[in-house]
This record gives sequence, structure tokens and C-alpha cells, in this order.
Amino acid sequence: MPALGADMDEGTVLEWLVKPGDQVHRGDVIAVIDTAKAAVDAESFCAGTVEQLLIGVGQTVPVGTVLATIAEPAAQPTAQPPPAVPAEHEEPERPPRPTAPPKRKPKRVPAGEGHPAAAISPLIRKRAHELGVDLAKLRGTGREGTVTRADVERAAAGQQAAALKPPSRAPSRVRATPRARRLAAELGVDLAGVTGTGPDGSVKEADVRRAVPAREGAPAREAGPPRAAAAARSGADRARSMRQAIGRLMARSKREIPHYYVSNTVDMTSALGWLHERNRELDVSERLVPAVLLLKAAALAARKVPDVNGYWLDDQFSPAGAVHLGLVISLRGGGLLTPAIHHAADLGLAELMSQMRDLVIRARAGRLRSTELTDATITVTNLGDQGVESVFGVIYPPQVALVGFGKITERPVAVGGLIGVRPVVAATLAADHRASDAMTGARYLAEVSDLLQRPEEL
Amino acid sequence: MTPDQARHLIEEALTQVAPDADLAGLSPDADLRDDLGLDSLDFLRLVEILTARTGKRIAEDDYPHLATLASAIKFLAGG
Repeated sequence: MPALGADMDEGTVLEWLVKPGDQVHRGDVIAVIDTAKAAVDAESFCAGTVEQLLIGVGQTVPVGTVLATIAEPAAQPTAQPPPAVPAEHEEPERPPRPTAPPKRKPKRVPAGEGHPAAAISPLIRKRAHELGVDLAKLRGTGREGTVTRADVERAAAGQQAAALKPPSRAPSRVRATPRARRLAAELGVDLAGVTGTGPDGSVKEADVRRAVPAREGAPAREAGPPRAAAAARSGADRARSMRQAIGRLMARSKREIPHYYVSNTVDMTSALGWLHERNRELDVSERLVPAVLLLKAAALAARKVPDVNGYWLDDQFSPAGAVHLGLVISLRGGGLLTPAIHHAADLGLAELMSQMRDLVIRARAGRLRSTELTDATITVTNLGDQGVESVFGVIYPPQVALVGFGKITERPVAVGGLIGVRPVVAATLAADHRASDAMTGARYLAEVSDLLQRPEEL
Repeated sequence: MTPDQARHLIEEALTQVAPDADLAGLSPDADLRDDLGLDSLDFLRLVEILTARTGKRIAEDDYPHLATLASAIKFLAGG
């Protein structure tokens, strides 16, 4: 069960779009997952042959649960991870396997909550998490005193009404790629328990995904051919779970992120004039809306000021390479989604426009893809159409900045010693003070403004 | 196009753009975007639908004519 955003704890399989034996490619939509906020098209993160569907339609499972197993193509020489420690405890945990073990890997990493001791296998951590067992209080009976699955289950048996609260997460200073850190943070995987296969033993994304084998305890059964889709939650249920999901994430943001805010009034005369000229010649289907210029400027500025584009993870800032622009999209029934436009800084305006329209339509129709909900590196909220002058946003963790645009309005402005009436827009930035200072935020907004003065270069 | 046809066309288009909109309660002089909560993309979609149905070219400069139900009816029926 992929974490489709930092605010997701569990998901429901609504529909399987593949069956055992099907070939899938990386990025293929293989299932529809219902989250607190919306139904999402879940993409495969690897290529291969579907072996088993482990979670049936209608089942709700925690983030990190393995949904299906996919055998990688045998011809593909993939680096296999060293066996997780200790290997003998791992064996019985896996579901029955029809093919040789080295060729397969679990679809997703279960959410093993952190425990500082690296000697405990992620699998045991996971099991302990499921059973509500505090690993710190366990005495291991395995080799060299390692905690075994039997230890965990014994402890769980002694614990009436096992607390679901995971052990508190200890900060780790493991070498890991930014992407791996982010994934681990999303999935609640402790990097200290992951065996790295990168340079100097650093943890890569694939290592995190591999860190924990197939989920134990879930009824492992063949789901068989795709069945009728389960119903997504609806109406009042959806509204309630949506508010709860937003509430949890935003509360976390305000609790953890020391926000600072900067704002700037941007003259939109050149941008709107250029846009109007451009649109005049075009059919309505090819016309651009001003929001596209704002988005493009926001994306380009994020590339020029990389300190606002990335993630705050493990007490440090990890800049993101590309700019994947999260877009706050309000839904008609209330609530919002923030899917990302991938590589927004590299897209032409027409392409950006069409992707934005597509994203809004699919967000409202509940047909977003999983990578769209997880990849944003910076988010933009554009409340101009709702008539407010400016908006100071709440950052989506683990991102470090949120850009806000208000309504484009005509205002008296002093230009060259004279007062003129010009269209202006308030551009704001809410940013994480841990990752940057207001000076950086100011530079970012200055870039946005500069870019909008030269719309033909956007 | 008669005003009645224009009204029917606009209401149909609005239903497509904002399926949950309460058109019965819509005042003829109310601002469509504000009252129905249309954003700029919704409005563009409205223009697209109206263009497709009427074959009339609706330029950006004409957008103010589509501000309210009454003005939009007048604009489409008048053309």
C-alpha cells in the first residue's frame, strides 16, 4: 500500500486492474486505491510479471502493506540486496512463492516504525509495530541476542489490548539518498534498519522498498481475476475523512515547521498584455489563463532558488533535483487535493496549461495517479479565482515552501513618478525556516516578479 | 437564436461545467463565476462548450458579456 501523500495512514483496494500472469511496466496503473481524500490510480514502481494479488478488493490495510508481488524479468540483471538481518527469521514470513526468491521483490515496503537498534530486522520491526510491541523492552533470544519474531509474538501475547502506537522514532544519521529518505519518511521506515546497497553502503530508494518483505498477518490469498470494484467512500463519509486527513497533516505542519512568510506585489501589466495578444489569435481551446503564467514563473523561480524546492528530512534539507509543482485543487464537495505537475519548469506554457486542466479534471473525477500525489517538491495555491487578495499557506510536509497567489486586481500604482491603474497580484511565500531564511524567500519572490515581467520568456 | 434557446444552451453548459450548481436559484443578474464558484478553468470550459454549440467565436474581449445569465443570453441571442 503506497503512501499517497504524507497524510495517508491506510488505504482500501477498490479495484485490481491486473491479474496474476500479467506483464506490467514501471508506471502502469495496476490498482485503484481509495484514501481518506480520494480514489487514486496506483502505479507500479517496477516492471515484471504479476505473481500474486495479496489484498482483495474492498480490504483496507495500513500503508506499507504489500498489495501484490511482481517478479522482475529474469533477464534483467538487478543488483540483489544482501539478505536482511537475520535472514533465517525472514524466511517464514514470506507468502508461498511459486518462483525462485531472488527474482522477486515485494511491491511495497511495510511501515516498520523506527527503532534505533539496527540488529533487529525490518520485518520484526514491522511485526512489532503491528502487534503494538515496544522493541526497546524486549530481550532477544536469537543469535547474538537479536530479537526474533517469536520474541515479538510472545510479548504481544502477554500484552492485553496491544497499543497501536508505534515506538517513538529515533533520529538516524544513516547515509541515504534524498529520495530514499523521503520514501522512508513517507512509509515510516527507519533507515537505520535498512541495508544500503549504494556507494559506501548508502541507502537507495530500492533498498527502502526492499527493506521489509511481504506483510505478515494479512490474509495472503490469491484475489483471482479482477472483480467488480468496491465502492469508494462517498458523501458524508468522504467529507469527514477528508477533513480528518487535512487536519492531521496541517496540524503536523504547524507543529513541526517554523513557518516564515514573505509577500510581494507583482505588476501583471506585461504578463496580461502579452497573454491577451496571444489569446486573441487562438481558438478557445488553445487559450491560456493567467494562472498558467503564475505557475510557470513559480516553477522557474524554484529552480533558480533551489533552497525552497525540496524536503526537510532527518534534520536537514534535501534539495530536489527537478521541480514538480504541487497544485492545490479544491474539490466541489469540499476539501482539496494537491497533485503535482512533473517537471513543471521544463514545460512550455501550452503543455503546462493542458496538464493543469487535465489535473483539475482528474482530481475532481477521482482519477489521479499515485506519483502525482507523492512527487511534489513545492506547492502552489492560487486563490485568485475565489476573489481573495492574498493567501499565506500552510506548508505540506516534508516540503519546505508553499507559494500563494491572490486575485489579479487593478490597483493604483506609482510608476515613473505618476499614479497609474495597473493589474497587480500578491505573490506570497510560506517557507520552512529550518531550510531557509527570509532573505531566500525574498529572493524567490523577486525572481517570480522578474519572470512575470518577461512573459515571452516563460 | 431566441433568448429561450440561448438560456437553455447556457444552462446546459453550466450543468456540464458545474454539475452540482443550483441553476434554479440563480438570479439572472448574479455574477456567474462568483455565484457558481467557477474558476478560470471552469469559465474557459464554459466558453468552449458555448463555442462548440453555437459555432460563434467568443473572443477574450467578449468574456464580460458572459458575466451574468442575463448578459450571456443577450450576447448569444443577439449574435
